[in-house]
This record gives sequence, C-alpha cells and structure tokens, in this order.
Amino acid sequence: MRLNVTVNGERRQADDVWEGESLLYVLRERLGLPGSKNACEQGECGSCTVYLDDVPVCSCLVAAGQAEGREVRTVEGLAEGDALDPVQQSFVDAGAVQCGFCTPGLVVAAHDLLNRVPEPSDEEIREALAGNLCRCTGYEKILDAVRLAAGAR
Amino acid sequence: MTISTETTGVTEAQGIGASPVRPDGTMKVRGEFAYSSDLWHEDMLWGATLRSPHPHARITGVDIAAALAVPGVYAVLTHADVPGVNRYGLEHPDQPVLAEDVVRYQGEPIALVAADHPETARRAMKRIEVGYEVLEPVTDSEAAVAGQGPALHPGGNVVRHVPIRRGEQNVTADVVVTGTYEVGMQDQAFLGPESGLAVPAEDGGVDLYVATQWLHVDQQQIVAALGLPPEKVRLTLAGVGGAFGGREDLSIQVHACLLALHTGKPVKMVYNREESFYGHVHRHPARMYYEHGADRDGRLVYVKAKIYLDGGAYASTTAAVAGNAATLGVGPYDVPNVTVDCWGTYSNNPPCGAMRGFGAVQAAFGYESQMDRLAEACGLDPVEVRLRNAMSEGTVMPTGQVVDSAAPVEELLTRLRAMPLPAERSGELDLRRLPGGVSNTTHGEGVVRGVGYAVGIKNICFSEGFDDYSTARVRLEAVGGEPAATVQTAACEVGQGLVTILQQIIRTELGVEQVTILPMDTSIGSAGSSSASRQTYMTGGAVRAAALKVRAALVAHAARVLGHEHTELSVAGGKVVSRHDGVLADLVDVLDGEAFDETVEWRHRPTEALDPETGQGNAHVQYGFAAHRAVVDVDTELGLVKVVALDCVQDVGKALNPQAVLGQIQGGSAQGLGLAVMEEIQTRGGVIRNPSFTDYLIPTVLDMPPMRIEVLELADPHAPYGLRGVGEPPTISSTPAIVAAIRAATGLALDRVPVRPEHLTGT
Ligand code: FES
Ligand code: FES
Repeated sequence: MRLNVTVNGERRQADDVWEGESLLYVLRERLGLPGSKNACEQGECGSCTVYLDDVPVCSCLVAAGQAEGREVRTVEGLAEGDALDPVQQSFVDAGAVQCGFCTPGLVVAAHDLLNRVPEPSDEEIREALAGNLCRCTGYEKILDAVRLAAGAR
Repeated sequence: MTISTETTGVTEAQGIGASPVRPDGTMKVRGEFAYSSDLWHEDMLWGATLRSPHPHARITGVDIAAALAVPGVYAVLTHADVPGVNRYGLEHPDQPVLAEDVVRYQGEPIALVAADHPETARRAMKRIEVGYEVLEPVTDSEAAVAGQGPALHPGGNVVRHVPIRRGEQNVTADVVVTGTYEVGMQDQAFLGPESGLAVPAEDGGVDLYVATQWLHVDQQQIVAALGLPPEKVRLTLAGVGGAFGGREDLSIQVHACLLALHTGKPVKMVYNREESFYGHVHRHPARMYYEHGADRDGRLVYVKAKIYLDGGAYASTTAAVAGNAATLGVGPYDVPNVTVDCWGTYSNNPPCGAMRGFGAVQAAFGYESQMDRLAEACGLDPVEVRLRNAMSEGTVMPTGQVVDSAAPVEELLTRLRAMPLPAERSGELDLRRLPGGVSNTTHGEGVVRGVGYAVGIKNICFSEGFDDYSTARVRLEAVGGEPAATVQTAACEVGQGLVTILQQIIRTELGVEQVTILPMDTSIGSAGSSSASRQTYMTGGAVRAAALKVRAALVAHAARVLGHEHTELSVAGGKVVSRHDGVLADLVDVLDGEAFDETVEWRHRPTEALDPETGQGNAHVQYGFAAHRAVVDVDTELGLVKVVALDCVQDVGKALNPQAVLGQIQGGSAQGLGLAVMEEIQTRGGVIRNPSFTDYLIPTVLDMPPMRIEVLELADPHAPYGLRGVGEPPTISSTPAIVAAIRAATGLALDRVPVRPEHLTGT
C-alpha cells in the first residue's frame, strides 16, 4: 500500500508498505528516521515513543496504515535547527544519557509531560516516565534531567 | 576523602576529575546517533535465524527447498555452508555457528535466511523443515558434577572445577551457621537489540558494522568460521545500546558475514526482543552451600562453600566466571581457613556467560546472607559482624594473594551506617510511595519496613595470568589554527562514557581542548573487552601512556625550537609553559606543521594462574569494593516489595568523571535491585518461559528509589591516576542488601533471588 503521512512538519509518502508494518518500521526503514528506537517492538519499553497528532504513542504498536493522513512528530523533530529543545539539552547536561537507546523515547515522553505539567512533582515525573525502560542509568539522572528542563522552560 | 595526586599533567577545566558532557550526547538526544540496528545500505538484504524449539534434540534432517522457493529469498544456509571451522567460543571453541547433528539449547541457530524484507525472511524460515528426535534435557549442575546423566560434550559436563584451600581444612568453631542459596538466571536486558550490517568487499572479504564489547575477539572467531585471513574481515563498532556482558559472545557476527559473502549483497540482521533472549548468554544461575564457623564474638574461623554454576549448553566464559566465584567466594572478609569448591557445568539450559559482576554477584548473595545469619547467631548487629571481619590492605586472600592497595571495607560500612535513614511513613500517604503503587493495593496496612546492609568485592581487569592489554594511538597536530589531538583505539563505547574519559585524559596530559575520538575498528590493535570494569583502567592507561610519549616528543621539540632546557617545559591550556618563566609560546606555533603520533600497547602488571589443586596464586590485578544499605517496605499480605531507599558507598580510587561514576553506581545498583526482587529467566526443562519484557521484568523509574551515594577516592598506586574500576561493584552488593532488608522486615529466611511475592506470603 501507499502511505501518506506528515512527519515533523513534512508531507511524506512511502510506497509498497506491507500492511503488517508498524509505524516504527516505516519511520526507521522507509522514511530514513531511525531516531525512534526498537528495543522491544511489543509495547513494553517506550523507546519508540512518538507524537501521533500530539499524543505520545508507542509507534511499534501503531500499524502503519493507522497513521494515514495524520501528523507524526519524532525525536528528530524536537530541536530547532542547531538549538536543542530544553528537554534534550537537559538530558545531555544532567548525564541522563549513557548508551542512549532509551533516550529518544524518554525525551519525547518528558517533552509531553512538561507540555502538560510545566512544574511536575517527582511523583508526577515517575508516573509519566513509568512506561519507558532504561537499563543503564538507574533513572536518577533522568529525573535530574526532567527537573532541570522544567526549570529551564 | 583522599584524593589522588598522581596526575602528571596540569589539570585542565575539562580534564580528568571534571564532568564534561559526552561527545556523543547531542547526537543521542537528537536521535541521530547510528546504532547497529539503524544501519542501512543500498540494496541490502535482511537476515534471519532459524532456531531450535527444543533444548536437546538430534537433528534428523533439514530441508531448505521450500524456503529457497519463496520469492524475495536470496539464500538459505546451513552448517554445510560454513566454509571454515564450524565452532566458536570465547574460551573453548565448542559452539557451532550453525547446528550439525544435535541441538543443545532452545534457540540454538540451525539455518539462516537472507531476503528482501524481514517479513519475507520470517516466512521463508517457517518453510524450512527440520526433523528432530527430541532428547531428554540435562538441567542439573549438581548431577553433572556427580557424573550423572549423558555427556553433552566430549569432555563430560564439567567445564571447570576451581578448588580453593587455605589454612586448616578440618578446623571447628563455637558458632556455626549454614545455608543453601540460589540465584536465578538474570538477563542483561540491554535495550539495543543484537544487530549489525555485513557488507561484502571487492577483495573477497567483508566489512562488518556491529554492536559488540570486543572487536578483536569477534574478529578472531569470525575468521576461523569463515576461513579467511584477518585482513579480510574488518570490524567497525556501530552504536551500542548497552552491553553488560551480553555482547561479549558472538550473536549475528558470523551469520551476517556468511549471508553477505554468499549473496554478494549487504545483509542487515536485527533480533527482536524475544530472539534477543535466545541470542545472548545470561548470568549463570547458582546453587550454593555455605558453612561459616566463628568464635562467640563473631570473628570468622573458617568458611566452607560449594558453588554450582550452570553454564548451559556451551562454555562461553564459564571457566572464568567459576574462577571469580571461587576466589571471591568468602567476600571482602579476612578468613584464616577456607575450603571452597566451585564448579561450572554444561546443561541444556540457555548458555550463560558474562554479565556485570561475573561470578561475584552469585557468591555475594551467598556470603552476605551468611554474614547476616552469623550476626543473628552471635547476637550482633549485621554491620558490627561485618566490621569485625572486614578485610583491609594487607589482608591475605583465600588465594594467598596479599592485598596491596586500599581495601576500605570498614570505612565503607561506617560511612554507610552514618547516612541518614529515610523518614518513617506517617500522615497522609502517597500511594505511589507504597508497595503496589497506584494499583491501590494497600494504604499502609500490613506494610512492614526493614533495613539491610551488604558489602561486596570484585576483581578488576582480566585475571589468572591472562595477557591483558590495550592499544592506543594518539596524534597531536595543528588543525585550523588550533592544536588538536586525535585518539584511536578499538575500545568499545557501550554507553559507559569511555569516549568522554579518553578526551579528558588527553586534555589533562596534552593541554589541548580539541580532542577527536576516531571510530573504533580493527585497523588498530586490540583494546581488550569493555568488561571486567577494565576499560578506563586499560584503554585509559594506554591512551595516557601514548599521550605521555607524544608530550615527551613535543617537549623535546619545543625545547629545540625555543632554546630552553626540556626538563623545564610542559604543556597546558594550549601553551608551552616553562616552570620558571611561565608561558613561552602557543602550542600551535611550536607545532608549526609538525605532527606527533605515537602508538602504545599497554599492560597492567601480570597476574598468575591459580594452582589447580589449591587455588593459590596472585590471580587478580585489583579489587573493587562497594557497600549498600537498603530500606524496604513490604506488603506482607500480597508479598509486594517497595525499595524505599538504596544508599551506596564505593571506593573508586580516583573519579576521572564524577558524573559518570555516579551513573555507573546508580545503573549498577538498579540491576542489583532487579535481581533481588524481579528479574529471572524462568526455565522448565531447558525451555524459557518468559522471553519478553512483558514477562521478564526489569526495574522502571517507579521501582528505583532515590539513592544517597558517597564516593571515596583512595588511590591505588599501581593503577593509572590511582583509579579503581567502577562498573561492577555496585551491582554486587545491592542485591543482598535488599534481600537483607526484606528479611529484616518479614523475619523470613529468603534463600533465593529474585524474591517473589509467593516467597513472602507463603502461598
Ligand atoms: S519498541 Fe515500542 S514499546 Fe518497545
Ligand atoms: S541510557 Fe542505556 S538504556 Fe537508558
């Protein structure tokens, strides 16, 4: 099938999409946007988190066809040119990035949280990020990063 | 806090001891860092692996005809297509690249497919017909040691037996405590799946881009299987999404190369999460029998232990893991009489090998559980019994090795004990802080609190006489009117931040800001593995040594150009500096088109093999120590545990990058928490029952409590900058501390990890 989707503000088209492909697969393998990650491909880790019409979703659980005609924003679409989004900058500054495989999903999830709740409590941060696994950091510096980003916005 | 003063250069703002941002950080937060699963090549194919559904079976036939007929399929390969030796392995080459007549574990690779789409490959795989004669799986380590059951390999089912004998072997004591302990099979659960891209080359060789921990040991094994000379198999490190030991063994490496060479096209392979559980080795499950004898004051007289480690179907690093569990089997204590036997065995369980802590994790759960039992038997506080037996610098280890640098076990424990405890639960309770969280399973009724302590020990770097070295090249020249350094190594950045550390070392030693870390590949000599907490020590040591050579040559050159005595000169802040006359010149002017380029192969001081009868020998390079205190709330009705606090004190010799040190301690402690209360690959008859993140749980941000951390810097005079490997110690003590806290809360004996709800409710 042919898929039409707006990604990071650009209208994109993908041809010969097999109906079993996920939005994650299309982004990574057909649209040259491998920033969203594939740690589990079964909805358990959050590494594939993207905005679909402004709502964060696990793109591995979204069938490509479901994205037809809709707007997707991925981790690649958060920075303004060279200027990182404050959430991205805080992840770098706080040491919240080790291997970084969880980072794109966490950045999108934290970005969404701060859009909704500009000054979240620690409990609110934990709840918002509970669907995003990280194996490297023990999460402490991820919490630091979100606190830092909240202060910076 | 003692601070190492061994730094040879002038400290730069972004040099060692600082916490500059990672050079790859910006790319990682933008989603632009290329991990091994992100690679793409014009005209590439997708590889897939057919695996055995049976843990033990004879293969009676493999028919690939139907699979080959699927449109879009380019190759279907079996063991008959392996041109070299169809065996690989880190310590013993006992594992087939593709199974021949028998499979020894569930998930063992049998055939490979290359196709134009991953789904095509999967469909073709389903059409491969394999005939099996299913055999009874061998699953018991102790039976293997007893010589029972069919031999899975020609030499029988014992991979290695490590005996340790020190002091009196028939000694008695007033107080004796015994226990039998079990550790479940833990998974590294790195987030980046096994993956890579193999590109056939015009010279008949292949270029492989892969996520791994040790490029050169991969290369050695690949060339043997492909029957190619090393120069025809070139490896480049692709972005690595975590490792923790699970990438030390081969996964896609030979398979992707075989498919690429066979089809003449680039081949990408990416495991999904389920396949990842079959595609890498795990932490050895253990059964351990301990007996501790002490005087009435709780001072240890002897320790006897039998430790059985199930290595699964193939040897991997089982021999070295057994060496660690045995030599570190009594923990960080001074014990005059020791009788330890440790066995690593074969079975039809999933293969086990390296995981963070490597044998020391299993033993620590045994000996720390015993120390708590001893405290109780002697009527002592758990910290007090540990203090009375704490090893220190000068202690003779069970191997006879005299510890010749700081071993601050006492200081770790006293500092830990002095840290403030979290407030008692009171007043309005936030559900999110209780066991069960927002599942709303309790409002505090039936919830009890406990506190537990543990301390652990780990050997740093490779042991037992292994020729452990790292190679580094450092180049200094002027680029665009600025002095710039380039560092080349084959050391794998797996997330730990080695790239940052290497930049910091160069800034400190050469006084230049601009440091480029070249991609890691096999065009330079081996750096050894990113494991055993060794890479900052070893590749850091090699880069420093190369930088010092560059600096010596540069200073000699500067002395000639500037007409100064070279013993007077140094470099700092991009200038050439004289001890007496201050700044003499800009480095860039002194360089004046010259480049200084040095390559060094650097070794730590040698270690010795263990005596095979007595286990005596100076087997280890360095010891690392960490201690944890855990506070838990346990809902005794539902058996749910909430770790409320997990505090840690660790000695790191010298914190080259304090932020990264904390990151290692926090991440390592979290993996220990996982083993304590949730993480286990459950097998039955060799079959994995939970190969997914739905059923194999790892800690989330809701499970990890805030941590108080103190970092000591007691310099090791034998190590570069006095540093002590950081990565593994925090994974070791966190598990037993949490279990001790659960025992303190519930009064239950709890002799197995992970602790499950049914262990707490008795249902
Ligand atoms: S990859 Fe989508 S949730 Fe894990
Ligand atoms: S940084 Fe590696 S998984 Fe989070």
